[in-house]
Amino acid sequence: MRAHTDITGTVPGAAIDLGDVPSPEAAGWLDRMLLIREFESAAGPLAQAGAIPGGMHSAIGHEAVAVGVGSVLRPDDVAAAPHRSHHVALAKGMDPALMMAELFGKRTGSSAGRGGHMHLADFGAGFFGSNGIVGAGVGLALGAALAQSYRGEPRISAGFFGDGGANTGRVWEFVNLAAAWHLPLLVVCENNGYAVETRIRDAMAGESIAARAAGFGLPAVQVDGQDVAAVHRAAAQGAVLARSGGGPTFIEALTYRHLGHDIGERGQYRTADEVSWWERHRDPVQRLRAALVARGDLDDDGYEQAAGRARARVAEAVSAAEAAPLPDPATVTGGVTATELRIRTGS
Amino acid sequence: MTVLTLSKALNAGLRKALEDDPRVLVMGEDVGKLGGVFRVTDGLQKDFGEDRVVDTPLAESGIIGTAIGLALRGYRPVCEIQFDGFVFPAFDQIVSQLAKMRLRSLGQVTMPVTIRIPCGGGIGAVEHHSESPEALFAHTAGLRVVACANSTDAYAMIQQSIRCDDPVIFFEPKRRYWDKAEVDPAANLGAALPLDRARIVLDGTDVTLLCYGPMVRTCVESAVAARAEGRSVEVIDLRSLSPLDMETINGSVRRTGRCVVAHEAAVTGGLGAEIAARITEECFYQLESPVLRVGGFSTPYPPSRLEDHYLPDLDRVLDAVDRTFAV
Repeated sequence: MRAHTDITGTVPGAAIDLGDVPSPEAAGWLDRMLLIREFESAAGPLAQAGAIPGGMHSAIGHEAVAVGVGSVLRPDDVAAAPHRSHHVALAKGMDPALMMAELFGKRTGSSAGRGGHMHLADFGAGFFGSNGIVGAGVGLALGAALAQSYRGEPRISAGFFGDGGANTGRVWEFVNLAAAWHLPLLVVCENNGYAVETRIRDAMAGESIAARAAGFGLPAVQVDGQDVAAVHRAAAQGAVLARSGGGPTFIEALTYRHLGHDIGERGQYRTADEVSWWERHRDPVQRLRAALVARGDLDDDGYEQAAGRARARVAEAVSAAEAAPLPDPATVTGGVTATELRIRTGS
Repeated sequence: MTVLTLSKALNAGLRKALEDDPRVLVMGEDVGKLGGVFRVTDGLQKDFGEDRVVDTPLAESGIIGTAIGLALRGYRPVCEIQFDGFVFPAFDQIVSQLAKMRLRSLGQVTMPVTIRIPCGGGIGAVEHHSESPEALFAHTAGLRVVACANSTDAYAMIQQSIRCDDPVIFFEPKRRYWDKAEVDPAANLGAALPLDRARIVLDGTDVTLLCYGPMVRTCVESAVAARAEGRSVEVIDLRSLSPLDMETINGSVRRTGRCVVAHEAAVTGGLGAEIAARITEECFYQLESPVLRVGGFSTPYPPSRLEDHYLPDLDRVLDAVDRTFAV
């Protein structure tokens, strides 16, 4: 049995092939990946400093998966994600200022501080939410896909989950439903090799997650999740199929999180060498940068400018979030239901 | 007016809801071609098509997950859970997702999902097919929990639930599916008792007997028997288990000064505990005796040959009524 993520050490093949992707589109991917990288680079320390309450599941390292899939999603398509979700939200077009304020728990956040990091959502942007229950978002995306199918709309949904979620029953209920009903759904597994601190090879039987999915009779592919062009190609193929009534596609993207499961973890379950290898040889941002440079589309100045723009946008979001007011405590029992339920506040 | 069994009344209510609103969908295991194991959805797929009355795989978590996504896109799904015990595979989706979507998004979305659950025992089935899990849902903020007890209410309440913009857990007393009562399909739904209101089924002056779902008939029979012995028992069908109609409950208890709560579910941590606490908090100085509870034992639901011992019957209800006078 091949271990799922043991591609560590296979340095050859680090270059990515942009193929015939137009340069402006590839440059747009870089902008989006840099926005995610800068957003996460700011959010992590803010969480560790206590300015952002609760946990923080950083998506640094996962940028190419979200941007590759996001590159084929239209504004009125839907995406839903698990607990690690900022990259998916930003790739779906969510406003980083609304996100940052929500992370801070502020009144100006996307859900006025009720969702936070783990339940970030912007239904207007087609981002149907982060989720503290792994794999649950796939079900929400599935329902949205069924709605789209009923209405005969060419819209599609993407449900993200991780290798941990791939060991839960609910995910496979969803995959079966999507396949049985030929729904316009991309099921995207971000396999980063670890469910919290448990290595996938210690927890998962079988050849691969994609091989599991293939048993449900839908196209199931495994791609290099640190290669945005490879993810894009797989997602584009799935999107064409989904939009034309051909049903769902399963994409297992092999990726790696540079930071811990949670930002504050001790990180004794993997070696510094392993992390550093992925950072040096498989950083999705740097691989795209190198491909653009090789094409002659980008130089160091251009890259620094793009990174600077992303950094400025995030800094603006942080300042606005810091300055924004907290929710009014008098509203704490409000908003639980659409109809009045006479909430008790205790005796 | 027409006389219908509770099962047929629910069928008529679902049919009306499907006719009235194209966003309404019925989904669940065997709800289409079979018409549901209790025939509640009989004939609906034939008349409304496979897209509106959907036979799902056997996958409760998948059914509720799908329903939430449908609701997010503007549909009003009505999910059938085939038997009460089968709701537990969907429990995660209900309490972790369905109940919390509204607050989590602070009003960006509504969750008009109705989950129908045949509940309770008394049909010779076993555990997983005879359970009363209502307290678990009443404990969960963000859900409405209701229980119908007769055909008349069933017809109106299922339509009210489907029209409600919040998720409703809709309990159907399975041993009463075949009980008959009058239903008026021409009646205006707006004139029906609101979904969150309790109904005084039988007026009385000596003691208030609170019940819901399958226990309503048992309690009415108990009250009739008590009357022969000179006790005037007021029977209230709670109908709404969350929120509780404390106005109606307190009004009655303040008049009678005595109260018994009866349900099939285990007494320990059951809804009766919450109701007794609320009455004690709000009517303490009008009470003549402690609020008593009658319910199932704190055991898994027993095999069918023992279920008559488990289910609260007329004798156990009347014994509790008598004990409220013993102080």
